Amino acid sequence: MTFGPLSLEDVLALVPQQRPFRFLDRIVSMNESHAVGEYTFRDDETFYQGHFPGNPVTPGVILIETMCQTGLVALGIYLLGLESPRDEVAQTVTLFTECEVEFERVVKPGDTVRVSAEKLYWRRRKLKSTVVLSLADGTSVAKGTVAGMGVRRDG
Amino acid sequence: MDQQEVFTKVVGILKPFVKAPEALATVSMETSVLKDLKVNSARLVDVVLEIEDTFGIAVTDAQADSVKTVGDAVNLILAAKA
Repeated sequence: MTFGPLSLEDVLALVPQQRPFRFLDRIVSMNESHAVGEYTFRDDETFYQGHFPGNPVTPGVILIETMCQTGLVALGIYLLGLESPRDEVAQTVTLFTECEVEFERVVKPGDTVRVSAEKLYWRRRKLKSTVVLSLADGTSVAKGTVAGMGVRRDG
Repeated sequence: MDQQEVFTKVVGILKPFVKAPEALATVSMETSVLKDLKVNSARLVDVVLEIEDTFGIAVTDAQADSVKTVGDAVNLILAAKA
């Protein structure tokens, strides 16, 4: 059974992660093979208090999460929405399975980053994507491959 | 392609995902992919895709679900190639 594509607004609304662990403000574009999302790091993100005191730098793990929220979570919602009804999509969460990422630059408070993801495969609710994270001026920050699997949430 | 040849190729495909490398020393048709070789279930999709590419076959989700042992994978491939 197939379903019509979810709108970008619907996909964004179905992303389960919320502040302070939400790193996707806007979906710029999305189709069956790619996704582009943006996020602006707020000055008051909790992790800046300790990473590092007096010298806030966005942790690499947060940048990986940022890449995953566009390249796996949002794109996965879109792809699942093509084959499942919306309520089933809403009951599904994407669990991280593996990644390989290389970092080139740091991201500071106030920076807006853009994630460009390309689907490598979508099979049995597992999505693997190449992801590129860049600053608003196009400067590359990180790139790699990430993968995750959609599972039904408990309760 | 005979059974031994397919078996060798299947073990080669599984090898990068095996978390119990000592189990490879005694791998057989009866060896369980998940329980004995400790392959992470999330990597089974990667194994299936690699099998499809290597042997030029299509594996349905139901067929993939039926594979528990190395022998199950070998027999599935031999049947698809017959």
